[in-house]
Amino acid sequence: MDTYSILREIADSWVLLAMTLFFLGVIVWAFRPGSKSVHADTANIPFRNEVAPGSVETPTSKNTSIKELQS
Amino acid sequence: MLCPVLGAANEGDSRMGNYVKLVVLGIITLFAAIAANWGRDIAYVVHAVIIMLVAGYLFLRTLRQTDEPIKPVATDGYMDDVVRAGVIATTFWGVVGFLVGVVIAFQLAFPALNFEFLQPYGNFGRLRPLHTSAVIFAFGGNALIMSSFYIVQRTCGARLWGGNLSWFVFWGYNLFIVLAATGYLLGATQSKEYAEPEWYVDIWLTIVWVAFLAVYLGTIFKRKEKHIYVANWFLLSFIITVAMLHLVNNLSVPVSIWGSKSVQLFAGVQDAMTQWWYGHNAVGFFLTAGFLGMMYYFVPKQAGRPVYSYKLSIIHFWALIFLYIWAGPHHLHYTALPDWASTLGMVFSIILWMPSWGGMINGLMTLQGAWDKLRTDPIIRMMVISLAFYGMSTFEGPMMSIRAVNSLSHYTDWTIGHVHSGALGWNGMITFSALYFLAPRLWGKEGMYSMSAINWHFWLATIGIILYAASMWVTGIMEGLMWREVDANGFLVNSFADTVSAKFPMLVVRGLGGVLYLTGALIMAWNIFMTIKGGARQKALVGVPTA
Repeated sequence: MDTYSILREIADSWVLLAMTLFFLGVIVWAFRPGSKSVHADTANIPFRNEVAPGSVETPTSKNTSIKELQS
Repeated sequence: MLCPVLGAANEGDSRMGNYVKLVVLGIITLFAAIAANWGRDIAYVVHAVIIMLVAGYLFLRTLRQTDEPIKPVATDGYMDDVVRAGVIATTFWGVVGFLVGVVIAFQLAFPALNFEFLQPYGNFGRLRPLHTSAVIFAFGGNALIMSSFYIVQRTCGARLWGGNLSWFVFWGYNLFIVLAATGYLLGATQSKEYAEPEWYVDIWLTIVWVAFLAVYLGTIFKRKEKHIYVANWFLLSFIITVAMLHLVNNLSVPVSIWGSKSVQLFAGVQDAMTQWWYGHNAVGFFLTAGFLGMMYYFVPKQAGRPVYSYKLSIIHFWALIFLYIWAGPHHLHYTALPDWASTLGMVFSIILWMPSWGGMINGLMTLQGAWDKLRTDPIIRMMVISLAFYGMSTFEGPMMSIRAVNSLSHYTDWTIGHVHSGALGWNGMITFSALYFLAPRLWGKEGMYSMSAINWHFWLATIGIILYAASMWVTGIMEGLMWREVDANGFLVNSFADTVSAKFPMLVVRGLGGVLYLTGALIMAWNIFMTIKGGARQKALVGVPTA
């Protein structure tokens, strides 16, 4: 078989399957138990480190706590 | 602590570094001088002179600093001066790009504006790539580089990696812009849409881009936060994918090392497919993924609340990455490209609608509970209209990729209208709001100089886009219908020139829309200038100059 046909066959069988499974895996992983608190923490990253590395308070976020945002 | 030892080592390193720099810059200057003499075409000669001057200037600058006491390199705080330069460059190139756009819009309506005395340089054919590159790569690219430098530092809690390498990225990228723009005017092009620059400009961009990737990854590697915020995923995918697209689409062999002309490695339909794989993913990863990275940072910041659903943003990211890369063949319906390939492109384009709208909803819903800010905060309003245009153009795009619709829309002004509702609406508006967000913070001011000027900008830009998109829909569909109209005997009813004269009123309206959009950008430039210049400094909203 020529290179084109070999690549084509691999691409539309195993590679397609692998990519689909990876994608579905990503979704399942996003909804795993315990992801909620991780995501809430990550989503608040923009509200830290504003002025300098490690700084906490920012002008816009000081009134909103993580708990409040989750509810 | 280890200062004496480290200091000595650094001093020695830096002195060695200077010697290496001097040798390299000297060789480049000499080579460029020879190239300027032996160059076979005008674009190449002018570029050689530009490179000679730049390298010669840097040589002298390095020479004057050699053996001088070495200034300590700041290592704490954030590196924001390169971001400040990026804000200015973005504003400047935005105005230039929109201005050229307005000129060529009126050249289409009034061909006499292709003035005889400006030929061939002021011809529509040469100004058009100047416009597209100026808005996409100069305005959009500088916006992306500047905001990715800003975002990656804040979301990682770390200073940019690589010291002055980020300055190399900034100046190197802008040198690329200058080389590309002058090249188009002087007639150097490899005739690939959105990838017109010739081989040596492509090589230069590759070097700059690798440095960009290094700075970005280096900063992520030394982050203080455990997780990598989603905006960084989008921005990183933008950097990596653009590198890949750029390398593959620009595979070419120069005819001579002393000339700008090169020959593409691929031919025929392979070349066309490579080009539109590049072209569509430039839209997908430069104008979509990169700007989504901006959206996922600036919208939550301006709204003062985290993104609506972080889970949705993860799914948005992976779905976009998995689907976008296959959508390119929809640019080649009814061509020599095999049907299966263009069907594949069409199907993936339609599936792509879902993640796009997922992202739009995620951005809009971030404002949940803060909708009142729409009334008071013109920056939030710009972000919302930007997301609305993102939603509209990502609905329109999949629809136009359907083969039957494409048979009507392709080669007509509908495509131009679609592109501009995305570019002016989504990319332009999110960039403007990012500039309004950044300018006061970066220069330590309480807010923008004039809030009402932002309002004016908002309305001028919005009405401009609406005039633009609406006139292009009308003229596009009219054109498509006129081209396919046949009489009872099966002969075409209209000649091409008939459609051109029928389009005239719409072309004028489009030009006026552009004038409004340009006026808004001029107001923004004035507003940013006044913000930088005037007003009392506020106590650091962000880390003001550390370096």
